[in-house]
Amino acid sequence: MSYIDRHIRAFLLTELLQGMWKVFTYMFKPCVTLNYPYEKGPLSPRFRGEHALRRYPNGEERCIACKLCEAVCPAQAITIEAEPRDDNSRRTTRYDIDMTKCIFCGFCEEACPVDAIVEGPNFEYATETREELMYDKQKLLDNGARWELEIAERLRQDAPYR
Amino acid sequence: MVELWNDYLWPLIWIVIKILVIVVPVLIAVAYLTYAERKVIGAMHRRKGPNVVGPFGLLQPFADGAKLFLKETVIPSSANRAIFLVAPMLTFFLALIAWAVIPFGEGLVLADINVGVLYLFAISSLGVYGILMAGWASNSKYAFLGSLRSAAQMVSYEVSMGFVIITVLLCVGSLNLTDIVEAQRGMWFVIPLLPMAVVFFISTLAETNRHPFDLPEAEAELVAGYNVEYSAMTFALFFLGEYANMILMCGMTTILFLGGWLPPFDIAPFNWLPGPVWFIIKICALLFIYIWVRAAFPRYRYDQLMRLGWKVFLPISLIAVVVVSGFLVAFDMVPAAG
Repeated sequence: MSYIDRHIRAFLLTELLQGMWKVFTYMFKPCVTLNYPYEKGPLSPRFRGEHALRRYPNGEERCIACKLCEAVCPAQAITIEAEPRDDNSRRTTRYDIDMTKCIFCGFCEEACPVDAIVEGPNFEYATETREELMYDKQKLLDNGARWELEIAERLRQDAPYR
Repeated sequence: MVELWNDYLWPLIWIVIKILVIVVPVLIAVAYLTYAERKVIGAMHRRKGPNVVGPFGLLQPFADGAKLFLKETVIPSSANRAIFLVAPMLTFFLALIAWAVIPFGEGLVLADINVGVLYLFAISSLGVYGILMAGWASNSKYAFLGSLRSAAQMVSYEVSMGFVIITVLLCVGSLNLTDIVEAQRGMWFVIPLLPMAVVFFISTLAETNRHPFDLPEAEAELVAGYNVEYSAMTFALFFLGEYANMILMCGMTTILFLGGWLPPFDIAPFNWLPGPVWFIIKICALLFIYIWVRAAFPRYRYDQLMRLGWKVFLPISLIAVVVVSGFLVAFDMVPAAG
């Protein structure tokens, strides 16, 4: 009996038609996707995106050239050179991140004693050449200026868990 | 001079105009078929499909076309250059010349030949040469395997397609496509010959290498099958040829089973629309089913594909030929020889 049943179903294509009907009903359901460049999904405050070097509200650089980030970086993407400034404060003369080496582990951010280097919310920084991904100090400071509002808010939200 | 113009030049120009009137809309239809496919499958997957280039992404086919046109044509160093370049042209060319015998409406046909069905069948069978040449000339194992599969598949399904066409011809008594459509004035053949129409439709899916029979380009195991080495315009020609073939096969199904340009009922609201519009509506409906099937079903395994062709469709269509001819003789309904 099951033999006949199976063959009748095969010849009448019932299962195929049921499947097609199911797909057809799905055609009229709303999309589950985001219209990406115009709509974006939510990001966690811990999201580790493009790096930025922050400044204090008075405009002074936060980074004190302790080189902890350079030491902790597992991909050795960070290069720092430092010497005392005219006012005898210790500051970096060079702070480079090779973004092609970086693995976005966030250790630099965790190692930093003054919250200077942070990984911000930006992940849309694709470039057309490799050279553009060799970030220098100026680029990182510019990033900091550009994203400071969001970075500060994210740090505030994440502070209870640090 | 007037004689030259009247007897030679003007007929030549006139026929070129007629060819262009067919070919240009076919190519535009191919462009928008790719768009429709992406949009419909997107909707069925619950995503959006192309929507950035132009309003609702309507200019996407032209953006794709421009991209393919401007890219570099890479010819593999181990390929047989001449055959490698001829293969896509052949596929494209064969997909277009078949349109010569398709009747779009009453008398709206470029070449109203007596053996229209045979011509169509022959041209669609020749399509396999483009793919075989491409696979062989690429000198790549994936392309070669893809083309072998494609050849075996197309040959297998053509057998049952041939028998299905014979059942239709038995009911018509003519190989002329216009006569076939006219014979359906009372009732479309899809009603008395429904199982045959289904077999024919599924065989055309296999014939055009469409899902769920797209083994020649099974991307999971063969990368892209016979067109793996092709790029830019050569790839575009394959693509255009394949999609033009899809539209052609839908046109063939429409003519054989869905009454070509005839309205579903010959009464007031239906016969206001001109014949070609009905023809296009029917082709679009069939193309929608092509896309729908692609969204719904997984790919067949190769032995399942061969089993379906040789052990299911061939016996069914053979029996159908016997049954239909027996029925026609028993009830004295054999059509008069055209």
